[in-house]
Amino acid sequence: MFSVFENVLNLEWQQIVMWVIGGILIFLAIKKDMEPALLLPMGFGAILVNLPKSGAVTQVYDGVKEIGIIDFLFDSGISNELFPLLLFIGIGAMIDFEPLLSNPKLMLFGAAAQFGIFFTLSIAALLGFDIKDAASIAIIGAADGPTSIFVANFLKSDYLGPIIVAAYSYMALVPIVQPPVIRLITTKKERLIRMNYAEKKVPKLTKILFPIVVTIVAGIISPRSVSLIGFLMFGNLVRECGVLNSLSETAQKVLANLITLFLGITVASKMTADAFLNPQTLMILGLGLFAFVFDTVGGVLFAKIINIFAKNKINPMIGAAGISAFPMSARVVHKMGLQEDSSNFLLMHAVGANVSGQIASVVAGGLILTFFG
Amino acid sequence: MNTELFLQTLPYMLKGMIGIFSVTIIIILSIYWLNFLQRPSGKNKNGEKK
Repeated sequence: MFSVFENVLNLEWQQIVMWVIGGILIFLAIKKDMEPALLLPMGFGAILVNLPKSGAVTQVYDGVKEIGIIDFLFDSGISNELFPLLLFIGIGAMIDFEPLLSNPKLMLFGAAAQFGIFFTLSIAALLGFDIKDAASIAIIGAADGPTSIFVANFLKSDYLGPIIVAAYSYMALVPIVQPPVIRLITTKKERLIRMNYAEKKVPKLTKILFPIVVTIVAGIISPRSVSLIGFLMFGNLVRECGVLNSLSETAQKVLANLITLFLGITVASKMTADAFLNPQTLMILGLGLFAFVFDTVGGVLFAKIINIFAKNKINPMIGAAGISAFPMSARVVHKMGLQEDSSNFLLMHAVGANVSGQIASVVAGGLILTFFG
Repeated sequence: MNTELFLQTLPYMLKGMIGIFSVTIIIILSIYWLNFLQRPSGKNKNGEKK
């Protein structure tokens, strides 16, 4: 009888803490609807891998190594970057770049709102992380889960688990993180600026050529990002070509859902108590928040600088929508615009900036790899 | 606190932002070029100006 329960003696308090963390992730996913597709599998996975002698992760029994399924999935799908890249096909198929193509200047806000990544890189280095870990942490500011996983894994960061938890948590927290920052650095008068939106029809050929051109441009300038941007743009080409509607739908729904399911639970392999419970995890969560805040600051300040020279003023809140968290960030800016003036509709401009953030964040990831890979 | 590494990373901040803006500006110009190529010609089928 005792032998049935003897494994209880192998339980460590750190593992119980990880169960609690897993429980919190599941709670946030179900009760608060925070990125449930990722946080729920991660939360469950955190419990699964932190059971004493869990067979879900690789263990040595009597001197013989037994590969756990979660570690197997990690080696098969994350360490070779397969899952994040496949997920990018689905994301690319979901994005409609029309608001951006009809007003290409909005792309500048996507670029400006990556400032938090590079600022966080320096701060993480200052706090004592080595350069590759600092770069991996900084990419949380890409506000893009697959890019964070791709870069952190490529740079072989020891902090993959906390980085992914931070990246997805803050993406879900965009409606809480961004508004106070935007209010702090803008005046009411600036938030009331109206922007005209003239709907322009984008030719179908432009929509088809756009993903090809972006892939070539980004690939030539930042070759290491070519698989990231290439898979994103491939998904978009499938969407826009008009002859692969069934594949586009599959990529948007079935493929994206399947990969998300595996990605979430596989990431848990890096959430074992010994890898997760350390002071660095808290620092990474802090630095992730810092990155999101300074992405927002970068975008808003860039809009304010443009306004010094521009004849048609831009509502600086649009700059904050340049982060990649789509569509949360665009919604936040649109809502804030309506709160200030119920007849000021900023949605289309915000969406344009927001989808450009998707491209810019991937380019930023590619540059990080070029610098430190 | 690792101020030496901090100082080493500052140029990357500059290089990174220049890199992103460079890619972005090239993409923006490409979009304008694509839209320009597909603008209405301003002539009707007989080659006369509208």
